[in-house]
Amino acid sequence: MAKIVIDGVEYEANPDNNLLQECLSQGLDLPYFCWHPSMGSVGACRQCAVKQYRDADDKEGTLVMACMTPAADGAIISIEDEGAKSFRSEVIESLMTSHPHDCPVCEEGGECHLQDMTLMSGHNYRRYDKKKRTHRNQYLGPFVNHEMNRCITCYRCVRFYGDYAGGTDLSAQASHHHVYFGRHEEGVLESEFSGNLVEVCPTGVFTDKAFSENYSRKWDLQTAPSVCVGCSVGCNTSPGERYGSLRRTVNRYNSEVNGYFLCDRGRFGFDFVNNSDRLLEPVQRVDNTGELLADDQVKAFIKEFKADGTIGIGSPRASNESNFALRAMVGEENFYAGYSDVEHESMQVLLGLASDTAFHSPSVREIEMADAVLILGEDVTNVAPRIALALRQSVRNKAKDLADESRIPQWQDSAVRELAQHDLSPLSIISSAVSRLDDVASDKVIESLSVVAAMGHQIANKISASAPKADCSAAHDQIIEKVVEQLKAAKRPLIIAGNSNGSEVIRAAANIARALYNFKDNSVIDLCLLVPEVNSVGMSLMTNAKNPLGAALKKLHDGTAKRVIVLENDLYRRASRAKVDAALTAATKVLVLDQLPTSTTANADVVLPATAFSEHEATYINYEGRAQLSFQVHQCKKQAKPSWRWLCDAEHVDDLVERCCNEVPGLVRLREVLPGENPFIAGMKVPRQSHRYSGRTAMTANVNVHEPKQGEDKESVMSFSMEGMPAQKDASVHAASWAPKWNSNQSISKFQDEVNGELKQGHPGCLLIERKDSSGSYFKPVSDSIEPSENQLRLVFSYQIFGSDELSARSKPIQARMTDAYIGLSPKDAQKRDLRQGDVATISPLGSPVVICIRRGIKAGTALLHCGDGNISPADFSGLIEVEKSATQTTSRGIGNLIVSDFHEEEINS
Amino acid sequence: MLTLIKDTLTSQVVTLWRVFSHLWVKADTVEYPDVQPYMFPRWRGRIILSRDPDGEERCVACNLCAVACPVDCIALQKTEDEEGRWYPEFFRINFSRCIMCGFCEEACPTNAIQLTPDFEMAEYKRQDMVWEKEDLLIDGTGKYHDYNFYRVAGKKIGGKDKGEARNEAVPVNVRSLLP
Amino acid sequence: MTFEVGSGLSIGVILATVILVAAMLIWVERRLLSFWQERLGPNRVGPFGLLQVVADMIKIFTKEDWVPPFADKFSFVLAPAIIMTVILMSFSVIPFAPDVGVVDSNIGVLFVLAMASLGAYSVMLAGLSSDNKYALLGALRAAAQMISYEVFMGISILGVVALSGTFNLREIVLAQEENGWYVIPQFIGFVIFLIAGVAESHRLPFDIPEAEQEICAGYHTEYSGMKFGMFFVGEYLGLVLIASLITVLFFGGWLGPAFLPPIVWFSLKVFVFIAFFILLRAAIPRPRYDQLMTYGWLFLLPASLLNLLITGVIILSTS
Repeated sequence: MAKIVIDGVEYEANPDNNLLQECLSQGLDLPYFCWHPSMGSVGACRQCAVKQYRDADDKEGTLVMACMTPAADGAIISIEDEGAKSFRSEVIESLMTSHPHDCPVCEEGGECHLQDMTLMSGHNYRRYDKKKRTHRNQYLGPFVNHEMNRCITCYRCVRFYGDYAGGTDLSAQASHHHVYFGRHEEGVLESEFSGNLVEVCPTGVFTDKAFSENYSRKWDLQTAPSVCVGCSVGCNTSPGERYGSLRRTVNRYNSEVNGYFLCDRGRFGFDFVNNSDRLLEPVQRVDNTGELLADDQVKAFIKEFKADGTIGIGSPRASNESNFALRAMVGEENFYAGYSDVEHESMQVLLGLASDTAFHSPSVREIEMADAVLILGEDVTNVAPRIALALRQSVRNKAKDLADESRIPQWQDSAVRELAQHDLSPLSIISSAVSRLDDVASDKVIESLSVVAAMGHQIANKISASAPKADCSAAHDQIIEKVVEQLKAAKRPLIIAGNSNGSEVIRAAANIARALYNFKDNSVIDLCLLVPEVNSVGMSLMTNAKNPLGAALKKLHDGTAKRVIVLENDLYRRASRAKVDAALTAATKVLVLDQLPTSTTANADVVLPATAFSEHEATYINYEGRAQLSFQVHQCKKQAKPSWRWLCDAEHVDDLVERCCNEVPGLVRLREVLPGENPFIAGMKVPRQSHRYSGRTAMTANVNVHEPKQGEDKESVMSFSMEGMPAQKDASVHAASWAPKWNSNQSISKFQDEVNGELKQGHPGCLLIERKDSSGSYFKPVSDSIEPSENQLRLVFSYQIFGSDELSARSKPIQARMTDAYIGLSPKDAQKRDLRQGDVATISPLGSPVVICIRRGIKAGTALLHCGDGNISPADFSGLIEVEKSATQTTSRGIGNLIVSDFHEEEINS
Repeated sequence: MLTLIKDTLTSQVVTLWRVFSHLWVKADTVEYPDVQPYMFPRWRGRIILSRDPDGEERCVACNLCAVACPVDCIALQKTEDEEGRWYPEFFRINFSRCIMCGFCEEACPTNAIQLTPDFEMAEYKRQDMVWEKEDLLIDGTGKYHDYNFYRVAGKKIGGKDKGEARNEAVPVNVRSLLP
Repeated sequence: MTFEVGSGLSIGVILATVILVAAMLIWVERRLLSFWQERLGPNRVGPFGLLQVVADMIKIFTKEDWVPPFADKFSFVLAPAIIMTVILMSFSVIPFAPDVGVVDSNIGVLFVLAMASLGAYSVMLAGLSSDNKYALLGALRAAAQMISYEVFMGISILGVVALSGTFNLREIVLAQEENGWYVIPQFIGFVIFLIAGVAESHRLPFDIPEAEQEICAGYHTEYSGMKFGMFFVGEYLGLVLIASLITVLFFGGWLGPAFLPPIVWFSLKVFVFIAFFILLRAAIPRPRYDQLMTYGWLFLLPASLLNLLITGVIILSTS
């Protein structure tokens, strides 16, 4: 700890930080632009100037940039010094010389870092009377708007997009005051994290296009702390609602999970809540027409389902509470898994590993700390995008080590990058397709899944001879050797695998981790096992291992079970069409609860409308077993209710959580995510509306001039009003980031115990799974015995960030980036079948139509299947398929939106 | 003691006389509605939305009036035309809540929302005091005749390209190598 | 039936006139106040707004007659009736003109004082039965104020009684025919009686029991409709009564040059004092409660006692 003096007050400081960080950590106001808490300093904007004094006798002092000066012990600085103040105001005056006069028509207005900093620096009158430079804007795709005139050239966008997120299509162009940040030509921004530009840009150059179409100022949005339901990472978000529709999602800081950034699926995938197809009334199907049900009819119906012979099918995308309510209603023995049998099996393996003391499931922050990573068979960017972003940071640990050696502080961003050049920590990817992380990978191997698994086992064996040997060809021995060396040498190695393609890869990954565990004298190894959906882990903890979905369908088919309740789930995505059809036809009564119509709701006898994630309070468990609480953001005006409300009589989410803790062994600590014993701060609730929320007396005046009573929230510590304990005083429920003088999301530093630290009062979630099983042993490799015939191809399923998630695929901005179901083929296989890029083909066994996508990176003999938004169920396919050219050649979306590096451009026949 | 009594008495008596003498002063009352009072142009009465000198809606739906409103009686929603011009999709003032404070006019960056001298707004039904954009929008420029926000702002709209706003240089050619 | 003192016709006419005048005073006061404040006052209903009173009456009669559920119903209803009754009773001893009056009582002065004391009960009952803190505060203030000022109100007119040698008000008027108006020998008594009279009828500036700004409306906070109307008219009746008493005791009652009938002289004098009370309201601000009590006990009481003493000394020395 160092002692520094700021304006005559002594503070404890961390000497590894710079002065700007320390000033902000102490809650002082010091303007800045180019510095970003997670991207370090480059000293580009000159806005954070302070006076530094040599010693107590020095009265003159020198101007230094706080972000470029270490917080060394004994530093004496002044923020309030007149010289520093006037310097800062002159800097911002010159930054603003070309700023257009368009705040009223700028989406950033009201949460603009530039506005805040201008006010803070004291510049209020434009003296510069020369012409303003102007720029033409570019079309940057459906997510982000471009308005270059507003740029103050802080370089944050390219530093985030290129340096941090690894994007290649946004760059700084031209020179001096002509500097332009854009693409080389108009077009969709390729990075999966482009949406973060909206928050990273301190002004309105990059704004949220989807939000702009349905625009409201930040202060008018009703927000609550929420959790993204797009994937299993469980990033924290602040969705905002206005006039009854969900308008946008912004990042909500969680030091352990998402930090400052979200992926584009999370940021733009909320819109399904506003989908006009939403199920909003209880409907009974009578002779193929829907008939509305009254309350008592619904009750009678539910009562009927409480009899014996009812089974329930859970859902990995429904909350713990809803799954539990269903389980409690039908009984544990009648509660079945809501994902495919393949996933069920791998999930059992995964749960077994989750309690093993040899492994640690790393949080996103911990992933960033890994210094050697091995990804086995998983396309991380598309399954859990936020983790891919963390992996990009992990490869920079090499640079950080080099910087430490050269005694360069780590926040010296450009110096550290310059020093390391392309020297990265090892990241090896062994998988069956090209991934978006390849550019930072030290080694990549593309092989069929069985080979991937075998290679994994082989690596384990090479690390520790106690691991079983696998049957693996010698073709990749060199790479295996290299990976083994890297993992052995690493201080904090990380193995990543996932369950999107069966359990064998997970077993292999576990073997590697266990081998490392043995090699490193029983030090715990980071093993990150990804699952596809937001609550896959939560549901699996509630499901009996003997209750896979297949068993449920069989029971219905053979009449052992008569009635079935399907919770927020489209069974046609989970099991083969034939089996689901047979089961649903055989069942006497089918009750489906869901948010949006699916093939399953179409075949249900009764459909009850369930609320979407923003309309109820719920807990979800992410890939690492972290339970997080997501609050209700807004009320659902129609009859939709949280699924658990339809199914049980519990009054309150807390009651259900309490029961859940008592009855489900894996969820004992779930109650810790609730706001606690005395949730009300000074007897007050936490407002969901900002203190500037406008239009209360006019919003509904067109319907009735008499204002409705404010919505009551009996469930949570939050209220649907402006009144209550604001976050500035107690941020334990951190709805939206705002602090006096800090209207943008940069205000988060006011709520962190130090920059990049934990939220002062917030809750980073609670790790549920206890590790106490030390008896784990190696898995035996299982080799894939199926050999494809002449025309057959080995099938690998491909996740897409835009489209694979069922709910976000119903979101308009996401739909603009989706592709049709496609099959990826190697050029050789395509040529053999006389297929061209973009052709429509059919695949066996059902003859489903798919678009042909020829990719150089696919290994011959392998086909990569992306199922699109639900027309094709993975469960319909066993490991091998045949592809044939289709007679009809019409597609709806095509594959134009696909962004992969190995797209086969040239004509195949030429 | 005596002077105190004397002062008190004279003070009271003088007060009584002064007030009494107002009997001969003409009353200030204007006998509205028999006599129409003169309303000053900056009187804070009925709120209108004005148009710019080119006849387009001035309101750009920036929401500043709504947030400035102390009784929260303004609600609006932004929308945009094909060429990027912002305007309100709906703009609603609940006059039964309005206190005619004029904060909205002060907050308005485009001089769109203005208070007028019209104060005769009584209605028999409160519902009739909810005014939508169609009711609020007038055909003229109101009190400010010359201002056109989009001629100053850098945003491109239909009929005004980048670099055509006041004090703007022509757009930079990023590809140019010239300094 | 003849028109003479104590006849039924006389009683009826006096009752009707007094109440009518009190009601009309509402209009008179509002008009006068507005003239002094450079306004016009109520001038829309009827000629010069004369029918404003009718409009007010219609309003007040048709308003919901509401008794708060927490109030003590019996005394709540009784209170306004008491004030009306006692003030109207006081009028019975007032000699309006040689032949106009209800009774010629030998104890007229005492009767008026007695009735004024009873008026305090009305106010106290109203305040207590309302079960409302402002009403209670108002009642407390009213009780203290009325009881205090009653003391020197009585003492201040003893000089007149001593000079005329009678408690009969009619005889006091007749005595002034010979001796001249008592305002001259009894000027101090007149001033004290005037002040005490204003305080007795809690008119401004002594409307401390019902000070709107401090305690809402004091003892009649909870009253509405006709019960409020009775308090309201009661106050104006009190005003007329005090003005009549001043006229009778100090300004020679109906006496005046013969070109006008006596009743007109009486009315004119009464009107002048009423106008003066209204002028007080327009001009003089309300004192603090403690100032009112200090002023009463430490200044008015000694002054009135001194006045009585000097009067007694003079009478004894001249006779």
